[in-house]
Amino acid sequence: MTEQLSKRARYERARKRKSLVIATASTLAVAIALIIAIPKMPRWDRVKKSFFNGEVLGETFPKLLDAFVLDIKIFLWSVPIILFIAMLVAVTRNSRSPALFPLRILAVVYVDVMRGVPVLLWIYLIGFGVPGLGLERPWNSPLLWGSVALVLTYATYVSEVFRAGIESVHESQRAAARSLGLSNAQTMRHVVLPQAVRRVIPPLMNDMVSLQKDVALVSLIGPIEILRQAGIDKSKFASFTPYVGAAIIFLAITIPMTRTTDWLLERERRRTSGTRVS
Amino acid sequence: MQKVIKSFGTNKVLDSLDLDIQKGEIVSLIGPSGSGKSTLLRCINLLEPIDDGEIWFGGIDISVPGYDPNPVRRRIGMVFQSYNLFPHMSVMENICLAPVRVLGRKANDTKAQALALLEQFGLADKAKSYPDQLSGGQQQRVAIVRALTIEPEVLLLDEITSALDPELVGEVLDAVRNLRNTGMTVVLATHEMSFAREISDTVCMLDGGVIIEKGSPESMFTNAANPRTRQFLSRVSSR
Ligand SMILES: Nc1ncnc2c1ncn2[C@@H]1O[C@H](COP(=O)(O)OP(=O)(O)OP(=O)(O)O)[C@@H](O)[C@H]1O
Ligand SMILES: [Mg+2]
Repeated sequence: MTEQLSKRARYERARKRKSLVIATASTLAVAIALIIAIPKMPRWDRVKKSFFNGEVLGETFPKLLDAFVLDIKIFLWSVPIILFIAMLVAVTRNSRSPALFPLRILAVVYVDVMRGVPVLLWIYLIGFGVPGLGLERPWNSPLLWGSVALVLTYATYVSEVFRAGIESVHESQRAAARSLGLSNAQTMRHVVLPQAVRRVIPPLMNDMVSLQKDVALVSLIGPIEILRQAGIDKSKFASFTPYVGAAIIFLAITIPMTRTTDWLLERERRRTSGTRVS
Repeated sequence: MQKVIKSFGTNKVLDSLDLDIQKGEIVSLIGPSGSGKSTLLRCINLLEPIDDGEIWFGGIDISVPGYDPNPVRRRIGMVFQSYNLFPHMSVMENICLAPVRVLGRKANDTKAQALALLEQFGLADKAKSYPDQLSGGQQQRVAIVRALTIEPEVLLLDEITSALDPELVGEVLDAVRNLRNTGMTVVLATHEMSFAREISDTVCMLDGGVIIEKGSPESMFTNAANPRTRQFLSRVSSR
């Protein structure tokens, strides 16, 4: 038996080593091809100067980072509110009680209206519209109402994600919970939602990554966040490099976000399920 | 139960069905696929509202529309063909959910009780496992333990072995034999004729939405009066 096992282990090790060699070799080949090919493009020099200018990057980068703090702030206060509203809407739409019928209608209308119009338009409408009512400070800030527009639209996207998750939990799970005497609300809270949320984490994270990027749209109604700062620096230095700098900063946030999700999912899968099918 | 009628659309699944179950009795429901065994069990547990008729339980008609089903369900345990364990919870969490949330028991007391039951059903080492890490037979035994921890007066078992490999059937049936000694009232739908014959006090033959014959296992299996029952039994036993 141990003989066999070690044979198997040896085979696995050899196979792993072989895959590693193949992966490294092919990655190197692609990288070298790109490094050789790109500078051969006819206008490479000009693009390099205007998009990848090291001096401009060095000078504008700190300011971009400063401006990015605002993006992060908007993102961080939006996420919990979005999740909360979205969960409320999803659960309402999934409820079966006749007393909640008016709320269900309201939820449907809200979701349809918000999802049917581009985010940018909502930011203009709410961000300029509400402060236009002549509210007192601080209630007249476009920053505030721009974020509200963002929150209200994203809450509908996320509510659809949650709803899909809730509906993906098989009816037999509810039957089992109800047969144990759990109430409707307890079934939702302890049996349906935990499974639903776990299942929708990947699409949920997609929405969060989009949100992180769309926060920049708020700049179009005034607040100086990273995209606007990049625009200002673009004019000042007559170079597109600040945009590249902004892109780098975005990537520095969004890539770890997606990687972390994958990792969390993998860990969860390993914890709850049996062996993986190869 | 009296004159229970249940339809899905135009499909009348239970057609004026009568059934009496005594406390401590073990009743088997047999009959061809689609004869309404599962539906009958789901109706008893109020998972399906009935269209007409009465279901009396401990002196109360629980089938009255608008009657709160939750207190009834607390007194009736149910085990499903497909186990229906909660995959996001460990075995222990699956078992403790209802006692803690529904009956308001202390988590520690419930755990101790759950461990004792798991031990009794040969699952003591599985408390921390998740359902997907267990074999079908183990999952079904966990489902039985889960249904038992709400200390039901009646246990409904819906073809609890039909999703299992033949070798695993034995361990689950042993678990049910275990119950017999506790004096629990059990209603089970099954295709395991020899088991129905061994364990039940009463066997009911369902066909076309009614109980066409009912009797002790001996009389049912050796000289059934109804030709339909005889035909069904000879067909299943010749397999
Ligand atoms: N939710 C439902 N909606 C519509 N029809 C249903 C539903 N559940 C059951 N039925 C129908 O009711 C009839 C009885 O089904 P039931 O599951 O009670 O049979 P069964 O005796 O348990 O069969 P089996 O031995 O195959 O489990 C079937 O004709 C089935 O198609
Ligand atoms: Mg059935």
